[in-house]
Amino acid sequence: MLVNQIAVFLENRKGRLFSMLNALSEAGINVESLNIADTRDFGIVRIITDDNAGAKKALAEAGFTAADTDLVAIEVDDVPGSLTATLGKLSKEGINLEYVYSYSRAGGKALILFKTDDAAEAEKLLR
Amino acid sequence: MRYYDEKHETMSRDEMTALQSARLVDVVKRMYEGAPYYRAKMDAIGLLPGDIKGIEDIDKLPFTTKADLRANYPFGCFALPKSEISRVHASSGTTGKLTVVGLTNRDIDDWAECAARALVMAGCDKNDIVHVSYGYGLFTGGLGLHYGSEKLGSMTVPASAGNTMRQITLIKDFGATALACTPSYAMVIGEEIEKMGLSLSEFKLKRGIFGAEPWSEDMKREIERKLGITAYDIYGLSEISGPGVAMSCGGDWGLHVMEDYFYPEIVDPDTLKPVPDKTDGELVFTTLRKQGMPLIRYRTRDISALNHDACSCGRTLCRMKRVSGRTDDMLIIRGVNVFPSQIESVLMNIKEIVGSHYQIIVDRQNNLDTMEIQVELAPAVFSDEIRKVEEIRRRIEHDMMGNLGVGAKITLVSPDSLPLSTGKTVRIIDKRAKQ
Repeated sequence: MLVNQIAVFLENRKGRLFSMLNALSEAGINVESLNIADTRDFGIVRIITDDNAGAKKALAEAGFTAADTDLVAIEVDDVPGSLTATLGKLSKEGINLEYVYSYSRAGGKALILFKTDDAAEAEKLLR
Repeated sequence: MRYYDEKHETMSRDEMTALQSARLVDVVKRMYEGAPYYRAKMDAIGLLPGDIKGIEDIDKLPFTTKADLRANYPFGCFALPKSEISRVHASSGTTGKLTVVGLTNRDIDDWAECAARALVMAGCDKNDIVHVSYGYGLFTGGLGLHYGSEKLGSMTVPASAGNTMRQITLIKDFGATALACTPSYAMVIGEEIEKMGLSLSEFKLKRGIFGAEPWSEDMKREIERKLGITAYDIYGLSEISGPGVAMSCGGDWGLHVMEDYFYPEIVDPDTLKPVPDKTDGELVFTTLRKQGMPLIRYRTRDISALNHDACSCGRTLCRMKRVSGRTDDMLIIRGVNVFPSQIESVLMNIKEIVGSHYQIIVDRQNNLDTMEIQVELAPAVFSDEIRKVEEIRRRIEHDMMGNLGVGAKITLVSPDSLPLSTGKTVRIIDKRAKQ
């Protein structure tokens, strides 16, 4: 399946992550997953919320630069080798991964999220 | 060796005035005949070369500014045909266009003479080994000291800038007694020597000739301690000639101006009227002997003061105070002139950022000038992939380097996070001033 993610640009300054999360909580938005990719000078925070449209609006109003994108999400069993099999399929079809992270929903299996150069194609392959 | 040219360096005020007067009359005539842009300035106020009878008439003459050099880029300010020019130098202009100067063989020789005088003021003679770590090239620092040192007959090491470890090896192995470079590079060399665990007793350094960027008394003392030398201030600008326009003799007040070549004035930058001795104002130079590209009453934008009192070193050449600032917003980063307008024109050509919003932060870290430019990332190009955002950042750094000739660190910030610019004070934060 495809999952919509919001990426937020954060400069490397004290309190920026706090103000970002604060803007979301004040808008009553629940963050389900949060992942930070950072460089020396800036970070990109990737979040999935219970209301991405509302989150984008709240972030824009608070002055944050945000962009949404679709990720491919697959459920994997909690046993050795299950992710390996999935990655094998993508690799065989020549699909590049930009980044990968995991996300676990309450009471269930782990979800693995993939950013690929062609989300629709990857999603079809893994269905 | 006390003086390089005792006659000119110690002549009486009357003799100096007579020499300056004769040379001014000559240069005005040459400019009127050979430099159309300056003739137009004189014609505009109905001034003829014959109206200038001596140095006392200098304030009748129109000023020349960097804008004149820019308008006549590249060779329009030459007072002689290109065939008479044997070398060009260039420095940064305000809009990315270089400021170009042209020298005849005699100009090069005069400049070498001034640089040789400067080296003698710092205590050098032909027994010295002069290690030149100024950059060689369009920048006047390297070649200026190089020719001066050769003229003096000192053994000259044209090391140019960069590769500090190798420089230290050369300074040590060749037994250099004098070091010529920017003050910040002298600090870098001093620190590297400490890091390498070398003892100063392995070196023969006695004196340093430092210039091309502003430095404080504290920094001077620190360089002297680190390198075990006496540090001397040298002043120059490519428009007038390179290093050697003025030089410190080690006395307690300022730098002797080679005023038989370069006539100095200090004017109030607002009224352009002369100010009394020892009063701060804008430094203005007239090149009295230059052939290729003489400049009359060139506004340097440097803030200084003049002092005509006698100096204990015996020289009668008047002295200028160490430059304390600028009347424009030019920054000097590791010896390279940088104008915020150059930075702005680079940013305006990059579509991924909000070009009009930027902030320049200049600092000195580990004794080297650093420049950070904060720019706002345009929301439309923001990507969730680090790689793409980094690529934008790196491309701006690359373009900056290519245009400024000195590296700047680019930091991307969120849109509307920079203070709206209402003037240069907001755009530029120079933390060096407080050090």
